[in-house]
Amino acid sequence: MNKPFKVKLGSIEAVPMGQGLSFSVEGEEIAIFRSRAGEVSAIENKCPHANGPLAEGIIGEGKVVCPLHGHQFDLSTGKGCDRNESVRSFPAWIENGELYIDYSTTSPELVVL
Amino acid sequence: MKRRLVVIGNGMAGARAVEEILKRDPEAFDILMFGAEPYGNYNRILLSNVLNQTQSPSEIFLNTLEWYQENNITLHVGMKVTHIDRVSKKVFALKLSAEDIPYNKAIQGIDGDHFVEVPYDELIIATGSRPFVPRIKGSELPGVFLFRTIEDCDQIADYAKGCQKAVVIGGGLLGLEAARGLMTHDLEVSVIEAADQLMPSQLDLESANLLERAMGAMGLRVFTKTFTSQIVAKDGRVSRLIFKDGGILETDIVVISAGIVPMTEVAEKSGLKTNKGILCDDQMRTEDPHIFAVGECIEHRGLTYGLVEPIWQQVGVMADILTGVNSETRYVGSKTGTKLKVMGVDLASMGEKETDENDDEVLVYRDPNRGIYKKLIVRENKIHGAILLGDTGLSDSLMQLFMNEKELPENRGEILFGSIDGSKLLDAGDLPDSAQICGCNGVCKGEIVSAIENGNCSSVAAVGAKTKAGMGCGSCRGFIAQVIESVVGEVSYDASEHYYVPGIPFEKSQLVREIRSNGLKSVSVVLATLGGGQEDPTTKTGLASLLKTLWPKEYEDERDARFINDRVHANIQKDGTFSVVPRIIGGVTTPEELLRIAQAAVKYKAKMVKFTGGQRIDLLGIKKEDLPNIWKDIGLPSGHAYTKAFRTVKSCVGTDFCRFGLGDSISLAKEIEMRFQGVEAPHKVKMAVTGCPRNCAEALVKDVGVVAIEGGQWEIYIGGAAGSTIRKGDLLCTVDNPQAVIQYTSRFLEYYREHAKYLERTYGFVERIGIDLLKGILIDDNMGICLNLESKMQEAVDAYKDPWKEAEDPVYPFQFDGPQLIEVLQEAENNG
Ligand code: SRM
Ligand SMILES: Cc1cc2nc3c(=O)[nH]c(=O)nc-3n(C[C@H](O)[C@H](O)[C@H](O)COP(=O)(O)OP(=O)(O)OC[C@H]3O[C@@H](n4cnc5c(N)ncnc54)[C@H](O)[C@@H]3O)c2cc1C
Ligand code: SF4
Ligand code: FES
Repeated sequence: MNKPFKVKLGSIEAVPMGQGLSFSVEGEEIAIFRSRAGEVSAIENKCPHANGPLAEGIIGEGKVVCPLHGHQFDLSTGKGCDRNESVRSFPAWIENGELYIDYSTTSPELVVL
Repeated sequence: MKRRLVVIGNGMAGARAVEEILKRDPEAFDILMFGAEPYGNYNRILLSNVLNQTQSPSEIFLNTLEWYQENNITLHVGMKVTHIDRVSKKVFALKLSAEDIPYNKAIQGIDGDHFVEVPYDELIIATGSRPFVPRIKGSELPGVFLFRTIEDCDQIADYAKGCQKAVVIGGGLLGLEAARGLMTHDLEVSVIEAADQLMPSQLDLESANLLERAMGAMGLRVFTKTFTSQIVAKDGRVSRLIFKDGGILETDIVVISAGIVPMTEVAEKSGLKTNKGILCDDQMRTEDPHIFAVGECIEHRGLTYGLVEPIWQQVGVMADILTGVNSETRYVGSKTGTKLKVMGVDLASMGEKETDENDDEVLVYRDPNRGIYKKLIVRENKIHGAILLGDTGLSDSLMQLFMNEKELPENRGEILFGSIDGSKLLDAGDLPDSAQICGCNGVCKGEIVSAIENGNCSSVAAVGAKTKAGMGCGSCRGFIAQVIESVVGEVSYDASEHYYVPGIPFEKSQLVREIRSNGLKSVSVVLATLGGGQEDPTTKTGLASLLKTLWPKEYEDERDARFINDRVHANIQKDGTFSVVPRIIGGVTTPEELLRIAQAAVKYKAKMVKFTGGQRIDLLGIKKEDLPNIWKDIGLPSGHAYTKAFRTVKSCVGTDFCRFGLGDSISLAKEIEMRFQGVEAPHKVKMAVTGCPRNCAEALVKDVGVVAIEGGQWEIYIGGAAGSTIRKGDLLCTVDNPQAVIQYTSRFLEYYREHAKYLERTYGFVERIGIDLLKGILIDDNMGICLNLESKMQEAVDAYKDPWKEAEDPVYPFQFDGPQLIEVLQEAENNG
């Protein structure tokens, strides 16, 4: 099962303005963020540094700051901002007030320099 | 057409060479690099920290993928160059498979293999070295490791999990760093050294013996004069070492760190002259004028090096030649000095360790009880060699005197102990431009001077941002300040260093004025109005704290501007659970409260119950979803162990019970804690009240400390610290009643809230403003603001609400929820 598929996560109102909330999809934790400007994004809820819960991080300028040691990740690509590390990211969008993500079971692309 | 430059080896020398070339002429070459390791360039020196678990591998990378892209460098990682065809000027490389070790000699490439082939105009060989493996039977067994790459560190850490005992073969600098690193993996570690002492290349026998004692005290076993002849495995895992004299040592893991050998085979196979290393001249050229070599793989004037400083000098010369900036430059060899990077042991050594010359002066100072040994060899009034063990305070200055061949002060005591009048042993202003100031990042004085003169850098931070100087271990920052002083007369501070928060270009008083005059009451409004619409994540928490101080009642609290701890009023732990510290006022509790805490700890399965350093109880490992219920069950207010706010008042039993008590410290501690609990500040505030000058509550090292003295009086100390900084508090005043204590404390705390920088503890604040000025403002009221300070503080106190009340009434849905479970109906939702 390698094709992307659409997963409904429920009402967008669950995610507080400017913050994140974590969802457990197929046993994997995914962090959803909702910026004050109304954009939503979805990344893996597990910091590659030491498993910090990214959904609990502060966001801004399209980045999230991991609550444990402050590593930063781009919300749309999952790429680490100043280090050679990254998390999976998933397309996310709102339809009729409901939140959806494109959840692909393909393994993440290996990040090779 | 640009010339094509190919670099073999993407390590410290190869990548630095490219940086230096780009710095001189970014347009000169099309650059292509081969690196046998499967990632970009990292700081190999810091592998010691990776092994001892103080840094993660991701923290030691030097050049990011973006750096290669931005500079149009083609990077082939995981590819090993096998040979060079010097006639057609081509380089051949082979893709390594995942299991291949870059320094494995056997990987040569077989005819017919899939090769990459690239042409070059100029070629740099920077292949570094491989660990030397002495002839020991069994050195290829599973459980035997080398210590050279990130991969090695990963493998060692992984294998160490099932082990109890470890052995390091090799008692040199790296061997000791490896041994110390293994100790952090909870292993019992022994070091085996063939010579009759540790670190034979850097230490004389006496200092080596002292070092052995210091390592022994840390729990490390050292065996000198011991030769390993065989490593034996049992059930497919290493189990013991057998020594030449027949001795046996049981072990579960072995790390070999017995020296290094330059990697010369690419050069050799391509017909270039090699000896110990690849031979090159004073311009870093091999015998082929289009092939250069730098780093640990070379031999220059009969010497090979195993340190980074010589590399910075070599690549500078080579870059000058290759870009034509200066075709006369020469590398004449390097003087070297080293520091042992082992926590708890201070050791530096430079130049020669011993001398036979009768004319040399040898100065030795020994204090074996304290583990101190200093030896200086002086030749013609210059340092010829030095060993400093146990006290390396002067080592940076001595290293500069040594490297730059400076004349020494007549009073030799000064080079052993520093001058008595506190004057400097060495003034950075007197150093030549070529003097290396920052050894970690290879920055010389000339570059710093040019950053100051041409780049308008007049602060240490600005120089660091421009040149990387001072951004490694930081020990050279004093020198950088001296260089700035010598060029522009005075060290300034960056305007941005003074911004209250990074995202908004105002220092605190300006920012406060803007916020007040525009009536800005929420973080998002401040960001939109003053921050140019940017919402820098690191700016938000500082603004939230400031706004709460400025508008105690009207502040519009936005939870997304808070750190997680302040969203859920508990400290996040490394595993994502939280800790709960209820308020125990003045450190005094009751059996009923203890019972409730105990029952809650059982009910919510606290992973640990611990008395904190702040005289209260911490329940650790509580799930986020359980927080509201545990707070309700405990029935005490929050202790604010998590937030930048007023925290605790430590107390001692005082007149209630103590036979020495002079003042009722418990009542006063309780009263103060009740009053100030939860009041937010630029950083945390901790207090203590103690019943007599014996000071059992440690009041002199608190942000505010109160000491009862004879005659019913109380002393108030401010700006004390005993955390990462130690500072004795300054006496603000002595008063004769508890109410005055509260009054002056209110004034000080409010003044601190309004004027300190974000995250500036009182120890920094009091030091910066100065106690005399503070006395004038807060005691003599010479600015006429004291009434105002007191009423502002009263407002903050009145606005306090216990955050744990949110248990009854969350401020947003899911505030305390764990992950939301989603059932995926694959068939129904699959749109693929
Ligand atoms: C729980 C406790 C350790 C303990 O088990 O005893 C503790 C735990 C933490 N301390 Fe502490 N400190 C604790 C007493 C201290 C003390 C001693 C004291 O309060 O009497 C100090 C020295 C005094 C001081 O505050 O300077 C202390 C100096 C620090 C520092 C260094 C501050 C500094 O500028 O020097 C930090 C780091 C920081 O604040 O940036 C820190 C940071 C931390 C953090 C918050 C680290 C973090 O961000 O996670 C720890 C939270 C652990 C947790 O989740 O509970 N902790 N910490 C103590 C709680 C006291 C309490 O009841 O509130
Ligand atoms: C644990 C440790 C701690 C250290 N601590 C210090 C210290 O405190 N101070 C200090 O000054 N020095 C220290 N050093 C030494 C320092 O790291 C080296 O001097 C420096 O890394 C040498 O740089 P280099 O570029 O010559 O070699 P390297 O950094 O080893 O780089 C060479 C690179 O070339 C690659 N390569 C080799 N052959 C080929 C090929 N045929 N094709 C493609 N790529 C190839 C290798 O895989 C390697 O990545 C330490 C070293 C270690 C291992
Ligand atoms: S000293 Fe404080 S910050 Fe450090 S580990 Fe202990 S509790 Fe954590
Ligand atoms: S776990 Fe995310 S930064 Fe450390």
